[in-house]
Amino acid sequence: MYQYNGFDTAFLKERNLQFRDQVQRRISGALSEEEFKPLRLMNGLYLQLHAYMLRVAIPYGTLNSAQMTALASIAEKWDKGYGHFTTRQNIQFNWPKLQDVPDILDALAEVEMHAIQTSGNTIRNVTADHFAGAAADEIEDPRPYAELLRQWSTDHPEFQFMPRKFKIAVSGSAKDRAVTRAHDIGLLLKKRGAEIGFEVIIGGGLGRTPMIGKTLCDFLPKSDLLPYVEAIVSVWNLLGRRDNKYKSRIKITVHEKGLQEIQRLVLQRFSELRPQFKGQDQTFLNALKKAFATPAWIDTPTTTFHENYATYPNFKSWVDINTSPHRNNDYAIATVSLKTPGQTPGDASSAQMRVVAQLAKTYSHDELRISHAQNIVLPHVHKSHLFALYNGLYPAGLATANAGLISDIIACPGMDYCALATARSIPVAQEIALRFKALKLEHDIGPLQIKISGCINACGHHHVGHIGILGLDRAGVENYQITLGGDATETATIGERAGPGFDASTIVSAIERVVFTYLDLRLSYLETFIETFRRVGAPPFKAALYPDASEGKNAA
Amino acid sequence: MAFKKDWNTQMDVIVTDSGFSADTWSVETTLSFASETDPENLILPKAIQRVVITFPNFADGRGFTLARLLRLRGYTGILRAKGPIISDQYAMARRSGFDEIAISQAQALRQPEKDWLFRSNWTAHSYQSRLQASG
Repeated sequence: MYQYNGFDTAFLKERNLQFRDQVQRRISGALSEEEFKPLRLMNGLYLQLHAYMLRVAIPYGTLNSAQMTALASIAEKWDKGYGHFTTRQNIQFNWPKLQDVPDILDALAEVEMHAIQTSGNTIRNVTADHFAGAAADEIEDPRPYAELLRQWSTDHPEFQFMPRKFKIAVSGSAKDRAVTRAHDIGLLLKKRGAEIGFEVIIGGGLGRTPMIGKTLCDFLPKSDLLPYVEAIVSVWNLLGRRDNKYKSRIKITVHEKGLQEIQRLVLQRFSELRPQFKGQDQTFLNALKKAFATPAWIDTPTTTFHENYATYPNFKSWVDINTSPHRNNDYAIATVSLKTPGQTPGDASSAQMRVVAQLAKTYSHDELRISHAQNIVLPHVHKSHLFALYNGLYPAGLATANAGLISDIIACPGMDYCALATARSIPVAQEIALRFKALKLEHDIGPLQIKISGCINACGHHHVGHIGILGLDRAGVENYQITLGGDATETATIGERAGPGFDASTIVSAIERVVFTYLDLRLSYLETFIETFRRVGAPPFKAALYPDASEGKNAA
Repeated sequence: MAFKKDWNTQMDVIVTDSGFSADTWSVETTLSFASETDPENLILPKAIQRVVITFPNFADGRGFTLARLLRLRGYTGILRAKGPIISDQYAMARRSGFDEIAISQAQALRQPEKDWLFRSNWTAHSYQSRLQASG
């Protein structure tokens, strides 16, 4: 893992002093609320429905046990004893007091963490595949590049007052686990012959106008990464619309100007910027690659694992569902579910954070990850330790075997917390999870991603859920629209709207009808929901959703 | 130099690394670019030694990119940012290539000289200059 050097430490100390001063000047009146707002946002501090919210970055989703323990302590000392992990590898504290925030930032700095650029019209926390450095199918670990981008984008003087936020995701595998095609820039490491380079995708995004990103450059030499990304952001900083915040993201710029014109402008800017990078970035990159080198694997027999797997059905089920192939055959990647039916998706209590931190220290080479699906991942667990890990997770309510299943729901905080929300998300997620738990059908249904957003901004990724739910406000009443057939992976697809929405009392039964339709139509239990949907199309699902509707009457 | 309240009320206050000073430029000797300037038109005759880039409001950061482009294209004269920029943006402006900032007297009263001097250490702690050093 990356560890701060003297430069990083001094930078963060100075930055936190600046923010402490800004808070003081806001209180004294030297800064107006209008002026303070972008400053607090670029330090992760939002004003939400009921209180301030502090969003802390977990760069590329990687953290160690000391960092997780510090998050637990912060939640206890300055918040209400829990935190919320988000789809962009951040953790949100929902109840900090403004005057405490500088102290919280200092506490974060002690474990090399910060809240810089987790909000505002800046380059946001750079995200990456949560299985990076562990996945069996990986071409190269994306994290050294993500850390290089973190450093380059941090406090970048040109890019703190942009038209809108700007999100970058990096993946090093052909399997896209980082939703790269729904980012302003998605970077995919890929092989051409013996050489590895980046496919650069731009203009993806969800929100009001969902778009799948387009390939700007098919194969970028790795050493050109920073000047090329800088060229893109520089072009958009001048070109992106500032008159309408719903049209300001780069996806709209690309849509309005055309991909070819953007390509021309980016190449022109790149030619001006390339000579500015004279090699030090590559020297740093090589050091970063060493920092992210694989841990020293342990080499012991896995006999006990196989015995326990054969003996304990609950353990077997958890292994089957919550572990993924590791590049070392004797290891597994374990997903720790924060989606036990009935809980708020992505929330973890301080006690749970401490338990998982200790388990990661003992059984995962001191490494943890946060996934965009709002779960915790222990990336390096030797198979001989899986049973002990499972037994450590179980009493903390962290051993639910549902990774990738119907109750593993992505949900934004919705109207329970968020100032932008138009409907609640959390109760819908809880009810769906509890309904299918009661039906005891979850494992039979198999892989199925439900994603819920409480407003059009789509933080819950509903457009790319196999089943997406969008909560809106219809004349003061919550109304939930269903989208079908979305896909967040390398075959990214925006789901199509099924028809008129449902109210809070009927949405769960509507989802049930969609799922039962799938169970009726699938060729066998091997055909997943999304495969069945692609084979038969939307009509049978719509018929199940709107049994009384005659054709053509459903234009809502 | 300390800020003097008896300056012409229309006159901007100029902020540099050494604090506040009076504006000595005359309109005739400077070239001004608005934030919406197309970068393809951002080319200067060699004789020009005084350039102003105007910021319509502090949240509009196009001027930072324009400044950087001017420097990349070889402009070596004095580069001034003019507009309702706040002291917290001073380091950004300097790092982007500006030499000085022209703010209104009202702004200078609300954000006194010490707020700007607080960021006069703008060369320190810059990730970007680290990454752009020679390898």
